[in-house]
Amino acid sequence: MEFFTSLLNSMPGAVAQGLIWGIMAIGVYITYRVLDIADLTVDGSLGTGGAVCVVLVLNGVPVPLALLAAALAGMLAGMVTGLFHTACGIPAILAGILTQLALYSVNLRIMGTGTGGGKANLPVSVDKYNLLVSARYVREAALSNPLVVLVIFCVVLVALLYWFFGTELGCSLRATGANQNMARAQGINTSFAKVLGLMISNGLVALCGGLLAQYQGFSDINMGRGAIVIGLAAVIIGEVIFSRIFRNFALKLTASIIGAIIYYMVMTFVLRLGLSTDDLKLLTALVVAIFLTVPYWKSRYFTKPAVRKGGKNNA
Amino acid sequence: MLEIKNVYKTFNAGTVNEKVALNGVDLKLEDGDFVTVIGGNGAGKSTMLNAVAGVWPVDMGKILIDGQDVTRLSEHKRARYIGRVFQDPMMGTAATMGIDENLALAARRGTSRTLRTGITKKEHEEYHELLKTLDLGLEDRMTSKVGLLSGGQRQAVTLLMATLKKPRLLLLDEHTAALDPKTAAKVLALSDKIVHEHNLTTLMITHNMKDAIRYGNRLIMMYEGRVVYDVRGEEKAALHVSDLLQRFEQVSDGGFANDRMLLS
Repeated sequence: MEFFTSLLNSMPGAVAQGLIWGIMAIGVYITYRVLDIADLTVDGSLGTGGAVCVVLVLNGVPVPLALLAAALAGMLAGMVTGLFHTACGIPAILAGILTQLALYSVNLRIMGTGTGGGKANLPVSVDKYNLLVSARYVREAALSNPLVVLVIFCVVLVALLYWFFGTELGCSLRATGANQNMARAQGINTSFAKVLGLMISNGLVALCGGLLAQYQGFSDINMGRGAIVIGLAAVIIGEVIFSRIFRNFALKLTASIIGAIIYYMVMTFVLRLGLSTDDLKLLTALVVAIFLTVPYWKSRYFTKPAVRKGGKNNA
Repeated sequence: MLEIKNVYKTFNAGTVNEKVALNGVDLKLEDGDFVTVIGGNGAGKSTMLNAVAGVWPVDMGKILIDGQDVTRLSEHKRARYIGRVFQDPMMGTAATMGIDENLALAARRGTSRTLRTGITKKEHEEYHELLKTLDLGLEDRMTSKVGLLSGGQRQAVTLLMATLKKPRLLLLDEHTAALDPKTAAKVLALSDKIVHEHNLTTLMITHNMKDAIRYGNRLIMMYEGRVVYDVRGEEKAALHVSDLLQRFEQVSDGGFANDRMLLS
């Protein structure tokens, strides 16, 4: 009984984390599914978002402005990856890894700005600053509950992206991801489309980083480690569960957010069962690997060959 | 209107796989020319079309469209002038997007893409009428993903896309080769109809010599990266497949026409 009460008590926190990471999952959806690029920049740009947001808040910048700056910093990171890929001809995966690695140093620098030397961990207290979301209030029935803000954030973002991907420019991004040859033949600058897509994606990821840092009350140099895998997990869980019923683009994005929430609920559950937090990343990696393997094996080993039977029609 | 001046292209230069694909191509198309292009495998037909489309930069020479030098223009910028249909039906359309969305993308070829809506209600109605002309029933499933269509249907849609915004030049790269004979004939007839309706300047590669003779007002034969035979008008209309085979043996110095040419 006690187990269930404590599990229930931890669910609001899981949902809040899921909503925050859901924003990141949307970013991953845009690169992985729309643009067909596996972008590893996110492991770094998530931390960039957290670092920029916390440093600006500590230096007296209003929180909404700090979040905006975080998103812009993420877009800049995405642009770097995009240019590595399109202008320098580096394969997309490697371009992302390069930016991610470089961002480790950049993030340390950012966190050291105006806070006295490079810092790997930078706390920001909800007592001193007017933070938008904080884990402290996650079980309160009040407007300061982060769940309220986060749901609004997610709804607005999904609406914005739904509108954008319906515009001429948004369609050119989708066309680039679907078929580059066709896109170029129809006069679409595919390099520009890829850079823009990576910028939007990493902007969202950094926004997630900014929110996450506020929520947990600190920014950490390692907060983005393995982020891409969590994002992929969210996207894939969302697809596995909702792909048959969610066909509209806005719903597909929503599926990624719900995927992230489910992911954090499951993680909370297994932690309550006694799993060590040290083993979480291993578990995440395994879950994603299994979810990616199943459809492949299904098509490869379990597809029944079309059996031709005798009879008049096949004679 | 199209001028290809002394164009050279070598792939994998300096390696064992070096292949001289274009070896000084010269070709001048008049406005409204419908040119069929024949030649064996590796003769440089597709390479010539890709050079015109700007898929990669050429090594030497010039390409002019309407007197404007486009040699250094990137592929997506040249798309303003050029409509293309490829051999592979998968290549000309975005499989994960709807038929209507694909057409809307093509309607914006050559214009800058802004934050205006990607497909308007009015366009939707226009495309409905346009798809009716194909007589494939596609007008009733306009929002279906193109990936669900057959190869022939996809080529028909690609053809519409290439000509939706009237191009200065239409490039058809063996666009019926991957289709079954019946569908191929249908798509080819449709191509001919569209070309004549809009009086489009067209380059069409084909491996079928009968088609090469039947369609268009001009025929060129390529061999080893060069145009070796250029015939037009009545002389072209009077050609027989045997004439072309003979011609091919002459230029290839008694070499044998490859299987694909003989089969068609």
